Amino acid sequence: MEKETGVGCARPTGGPVGEEKRTESEAIQKPFKEEQTMIKVGQKAPDFIAPGYHKGAFVNVKLSDYLGKWVLLCFYPGDFTFV
Amino acid sequence: MSIDSMFVHKMWNDVELEHMVKGGIPYPMLSDGGGKVGTVYGVYDEVSGVETRGRFIIDPDGVIQGFEVLSPPVGRNINETFRQLQAFQLVRETKGAEATPSGWRPGKKTLEPGINLVGKVWKKWKTKEAFE
Repeated sequence: MEKETGVGCARPTGGPVGEEKRTESEAIQKPFKEEQTMIKVGQKAPDFIAPGYHKGAFVNVKLSDYLGKWVLLCFYPGDFTFV
Repeated sequence: MSIDSMFVHKMWNDVELEHMVKGGIPYPMLSDGGGKVGTVYGVYDEVSGVETRGRFIIDPDGVIQGFEVLSPPVGRNINETFRQLQAFQLVRETKGAEATPSGWRPGKKTLEPGINLVGKVWKKWKTKEAFE
């Protein structure tokens, strides 16, 4: 589910969760168009890979590795903020 | 997930959050430098360079069942998030045979969507239940 990692970059894989993704170079050349990025309920979540910190280790997390589980994906403005 | 690096996540966990949550944060704290993932999810604010308070409920098939986005100064209601999660789980377990009306919480009655319910919701469900 998570792979320990060195420093990396978060990146969308260019495809929805659990579906065939476009090749890496194709995804870079053709980022999602505005209308494709509109999030709608009932549609597959955009897949991504992101580095992170989890229980004492630096890890790489891929959203599609969580297929079969419920996922709460939360964004927030910044660490050490107070709300 | 925020634009902070995983190093800052570690420091936030070790210096502050461990004092608020026993054992530290139990789930992965993800880093989205540049807001690339947040942009795809529609929650990255390019003007301020940070993510807004977006929250997505994703089911075991990878389908987004619900989302909520708040601007930075207002915090979330985690109980409402869990309530929605429990409701979506119930609907999934019953394969859609049951639906959760407004104000539903675990233990409260559900509705069975179908032709027999048309025009009869008022008999099965009272408006005050939305506020209980």
